[in-house]
This record gives sequence, C-alpha cells and structure tokens, in this order.
Amino acid sequence: MNTLVLTIISLSALGILLATILYFVAQKFKVFEDPRIDEVDEVLPGANCGGCGYPGCRGFAEACVKADDLGTLFCPVGGNDCMGDVAKVLGKEAVEKDPEIAVLQCSGTSSCRPRTNNYDGAPSCTIASSLYGGDTGCQFGCLSLGECVDVCNFDALHMDPETGLPVVDEEKCTGCNACVEQCPRDLFELRPKGKKSRRIYVACKNSEKGAAKKIGCEVACIGCQKCVKECKFEAITVTNFNAYIDADKCKLCRKCAPVCPTAAIHELNFPPRKVKPATDAEKPAPKAPPAEKAPVAAEKVETGKPTEKQAVTEKKAEAPKAEAVEKEEKKTE
Amino acid sequence: MLKTFPKGGVHPPENKMASGAAIEVLPLPKTVTIPIAQHIGAPSTPAVKRGDLVKVGQILAQSSGFVSANIHSSVSGKVTKVDDVVDSSGYKRKSVIIDVDGDEWMESIDRSTDLIRNISMTSSQIVQRVMECGIVGMGGATFPSHVKLSIPKGKTADVLILNGVECEPYLTSDHRVMLERAEEMLIGVQILMKALEVKKALIGIENNKPDAIEKLTKLTADKPGIEVYALKVQYPQGGEKQLIKALINREVPSGGLPIDVGTVVHNVGTALAVYEAVQKNKPLLERVVTVTGRSVSKPANYLVRLGTPVSQLIEASGGLPEDTGKVINGGPMMGKALNNLDVAVTKGTSGIVMIPQDLSQRREIKNCIRCARCTVVCPMGLEPYLLMTLSEKAMWENVETNDVMDCIECGSCSYTCPSDRPLLDYIRLGKGTVSKLIRSRKQ
Repeated sequence: MNTLVLTIISLSALGILLATILYFVAQKFKVFEDPRIDEVDEVLPGANCGGCGYPGCRGFAEACVKADDLGTLFCPVGGNDCMGDVAKVLGKEAVEKDPEIAVLQCSGTSSCRPRTNNYDGAPSCTIASSLYGGDTGCQFGCLSLGECVDVCNFDALHMDPETGLPVVDEEKCTGCNACVEQCPRDLFELRPKGKKSRRIYVACKNSEKGAAKKIGCEVACIGCQKCVKECKFEAITVTNFNAYIDADKCKLCRKCAPVCPTAAIHELNFPPRKVKPATDAEKPAPKAPPAEKAPVAAEKVETGKPTEKQAVTEKKAEAPKAEAVEKEEKKTE
Repeated sequence: MLKTFPKGGVHPPENKMASGAAIEVLPLPKTVTIPIAQHIGAPSTPAVKRGDLVKVGQILAQSSGFVSANIHSSVSGKVTKVDDVVDSSGYKRKSVIIDVDGDEWMESIDRSTDLIRNISMTSSQIVQRVMECGIVGMGGATFPSHVKLSIPKGKTADVLILNGVECEPYLTSDHRVMLERAEEMLIGVQILMKALEVKKALIGIENNKPDAIEKLTKLTADKPGIEVYALKVQYPQGGEKQLIKALINREVPSGGLPIDVGTVVHNVGTALAVYEAVQKNKPLLERVVTVTGRSVSKPANYLVRLGTPVSQLIEASGGLPEDTGKVINGGPMMGKALNNLDVAVTKGTSGIVMIPQDLSQRREIKNCIRCARCTVVCPMGLEPYLLMTLSEKAMWENVETNDVMDCIECGSCSYTCPSDRPLLDYIRLGKGTVSKLIRSRKQ
C-alpha cells in the first residue's frame, strides 16, 4: 500500500515539475503567428491546388495577411466570392476578376488527324513529347495520353475516347492552371469565361507553314488571315502562321468562325446559327459543328428542347448584341 | 581473366548477323537531306541557300560555337530547299535538301587510297583540322571531337582509350572498320595521340570479335605505345566510364569527365574519320552503317553518304521484312525507333535494326515486385526503381539527390525488369527535368 502511494506521489510530482518546465520553455520560445492567417485559411476552399501560385491554401493565407493590398492575389478556385470573404476578414479591398476557364487549343480529333505510327512507350505525355513528334502528322497537337486529366484536382477534365482529346467540364473547371502547366505542348490556355460562358478561340497551336499543317491535320489553322480581315476589332493576330484571338478585344460577334476554311475557330455555348438558304449553301460548309467541343453546353441545348419561347429569347439576346456590334463599328470608323 | 567493369551489366543476345559482311559502298542517292544539327551542342548556321550548286565536301552549315560542328555536303548537286524536315528525332528540324548531280569533289580533298603514314601537323593544327572537318564522336553520341581534343587548362591526359567495344547487339559497323580499315584507323590513333600529347593508347575490343583483336594485335606489334585488349562480352562495356574502369581501373567522379582522371576516349570510327580529315583533308561526309535484323534477307554494312534516306539502305538489304514491328536507329538497347523511313542517315547513325513485331512490342506494365534486379544490373550503382518512382511523383529534388545525373541511359534496368516497367523512360524524364533545374539555378 505504501509503495503504491509513494509511486503516485512521486510520479505526480515529476509530472508537475516537467509541466512547469515545459510551460516556461513554451513561453520562452513562443512563435507569434498572426491569428488572421487561421481566419483567412478558414474561408479559403482548402483545395491546396496551387492555382494562386502559393504552396497550398495556408501559404496563400499567409501571403494575403502580409500583403498591403490584395491587388495581385487571387484564388481562382474560390473566385470573387471567396476573395470578398478574405477581404472582409482582413479589412482590405479585393480586386474583382473575371472567372477564367481552361480551353484546349487543339481540334485534331482522331478522325481528322490520322495516326502515322503507334506509341507504346511509357504512358506519359511529357515522356512521349521528349521522345518524338507524336503518333500523328502534327508535332504540336495533343498526344492523347491524358496527363492533364491526371493533374486535375477538380475532376474537370476527361478523355473522350472517340476524339482522343481531353474535354473540359465547364461546371467543374476552376481555372487553377494545373493543366496549363502540365501539358508538355502548351495546349491549354486560361480564357475569361465570358458572358453566359460564351467563348471563341482558335483551337490550334501548330506553327508550321499552312500547307505542311494541312497534311498532318484537316482542322489546323493554316494562317490564311481570313479571320483577321473579318474581325472589326483587331482582336485576331497571326504569328507563325497561327491565328490567336485576344479575349480582351474580342466582342464575341461570331463573324470569324464561319470564314475559317478549316473550322479551327471554335465557338462555345452560342445558340445555333440560323441556316441561310441559297447563297450560303453553295459555299463549302465548315466541317465539324463546334458545339461538339462543349458537350456540357451541347447537352443543355439538346436536352432543354428549345421551345418557341426560348428561341425567341435567344433571338432577342442576339439582337442587342448585333446592335452593339454595329455601334462599335461606327465608333471604330 | 578478361578485363571488364566491376558493377552491374547484362548480356543480351548478341545477334551480330552482319559481322561477316564486308563494307559495301552504297550507290549515290538521288536526293539527300542533311540536317544542320547532327551533333550534341549548338545547331550550325546554314551557309547555303536555295539554288546554290554545291560540291562534295563543301560547307553547308557553319559551326556556331565551340561545342558545335561544321556540316559538309556529302554529294554534289543543287540545293533545292533549306526547310524544316522531320529528322530521326521525330520533330521537324532545319535541313538542307540537295538534288544529286554527278559526283564532283572539292579539289582540296585527296581521294587517293594511298596510306600516308607521316604525320606532319602539330598538335594544334590537328585540333584545328578536326574542327574544320566537322568530326564528331561516331559511336552514336555525336559529341564534337575537337572539344575532347582541346584539354582544358590545369588538366592533363596520359592515356588515350580507343573504343572498339561495340557492345550493342546487332551492330557491326565498328567491327568491320577495325577489320577492313585497320591501318588507316591506327594512323588515326597515332594522330589522336599526337594531338593529345600522350604516349600510350589502349584499344578495347569485346571478346566476341576475335578476328579484329588478332588483326589489330598483329598490326600494333611494331607500334610502341598502342596496346589492344580483349574485354569480356558484357553490356554496357562500351560506355565511356565503364571502359575506363575496365581498362585502366580509374573511376570518373560523379559529374566529371574522363579528362578528370587523365584520359580521353574516342571511338574507332572517329579515329578513322580523323585519319581521313588530317591526312586527306576529307571532311566527315560518309560513315559505315549496319543494316540488320532477324528477318532481313541481307544483313550488311554499308558505306553511306550522310543524308541518304534510311529507306534506300533498307531497300539495298532486300526491303522491309513483312513482320517488322519497329525500325530502330542505332542499336536495340540505346537506339530510338523511327517513325518515318524517309529520315536521313546522320553522323550518329551507327545502324538500322529491323525488329520483328513479336519482339518489338512493349509488354504490359506490372507492379514493382521489389526484386532489386534493376539495382543489381545498373552499371552506375544507382537505384532505378527508386528514381522511376520519384520521377513519376515529380519529386525532382529527391531525384537529384539520388544521383540521377550519373545515369548513362544504357537501358540495362528496363531490359532486366521482370515487371516490364518503363524504368529508363521515367529516369530520362527525371534527368531532363533535373538538368533544367540545375541550369536555371546557375543563372
């Protein structure tokens, strides 16, 4: 009995002694951490995707607290709402940014870009790209091995087994930049989501001469400059035989897409074009309806079964834009 | 006991079917495509334009730096295009395309077959000539030879090593050079010795070429300083570092060059090219290429003008066998599959190997079973399974600390892996990324 009491007392005394030492040591070596970092961390999405350019959400929270203003800091996953919350916590002002979304700048589906050889090496785009020009006639196009799908933290990319190209899920894509950085051929670009998620872009990055491109891929941008001539806003530039649409200047007037002889200009989420009779029918119609590229949007249109009402509203939606375009034209003149 | 390197190595089936085939001169092609980057280092600058008439031996592209090499025309005719053409890398690279018309050589080139034994040039003149003639390492790595011959300040070489190992299966081009052009090659060795100011040269030959060993031993009997050694048949015996270890038992430090241990290694084909450059003023415009494969009707060794399309070589050997799965540029261990048979023979093309379908396809990748066979066979003492996993997970700093830069890319690990894992593919990826990181850190 005596031993038991002695043990309890001695161990308790030891415990108290060590606790006291630890308390003072902890006081002595205390690291001050701004409590606001935790608060900011709370409101961030916690995806740790690195899309903001910092190592994880915690790193971004620290940067937010340290920064004088939130001008350059932006969380692409949380978007404007999240940045508003961060601003509220810190009492700083957040800069509103248009949400961005990834687009694939390659339209070479397996049907328009025939395979010239079979790749059976390691299943990695980076490795294949460092080995050779790829298994098709285009050395700039998608390698179809899906490294972008692997790096996407938000399940927003999927390989389409039929086309052999990755498809961006607009609902899920946060514009975190992971695929842009991963793609060894630099085929992804972050573009402003645009009104009603409508976007126009050139889906080709091939910088060879037009004739050479055409051999490898039917739908390559051949640098013919037709879209440049058509564009009233000087939004399209051609460098290295490859057109690029500047999203800041583009007014989404849709005039460039129909003139493209290879259908390399893709339009997303626009209402279907009115089919003009007679004169247009004689012209070679652009191949592959671009709506194919955005299955989510396409599904919406198809499953929604546009009633007459919707069709009318869509026409209305288009009409003011056309006017705006005309006004713009006058201004530029 | 035969000399060999102490660590790792494999012994793939040798399949040297073309070893008995004497070197044949391939007829001139109708057009040649000469890439302006055929070597390691900076691509050369084109010196001709469309419509120019060129002679054999005329400069097509000027070297654009110290680690670069001149490119000469291998034929005479008219330049039809200077354009981007798919080369053996599978990417489009700038090339000069020439329509062949006759065979008119530059007057400065001595085309006689007489042996010139007397070496009249001084050391620096030899290096200058090697540079002018665009000589690069003929073993396949195509490192400009004049760089190896210019010894940096503070370093000295005391022995020259000649690489006649040819450890790659199938390839026999060096073997045939040693047999048929032995005397010229040995003068080339003496020229290299003079350029490096060394008194001793060792020729290493794998023991599966007894005729070459015998012939060279006989010929070197009266040449003081040159010795011939038979080496054990073990891949990668011809790796520079392995060969140095086997012959003179010195170990090149990690990240170092052979000159750090007082030696310089040249291929026997390079020695022949140096002889022709120095004694005959003939630039590097042709090379010996082995064309072989299990089902090839006529395995052969051809003396080919650079720029000749690969398809012409295959045609000369009886056409592409029906069961071909891959056509490999180089040997089957380190070579690269071609995706286009119109690519040109370049300075580094040592062989064209046609591998049948059943042997060429990669098998399904299975899980690592931790058998450590890759570690056992790695001649550099690395841990390939670990490097692959780290590369896959993009842990580049760990890849670097596990000495990925020491990998010689011999492929022994991938060859031996029972789970058919693409070890070398990922290690190469790691090596590439780490070297980029190192470069960016230096800046």
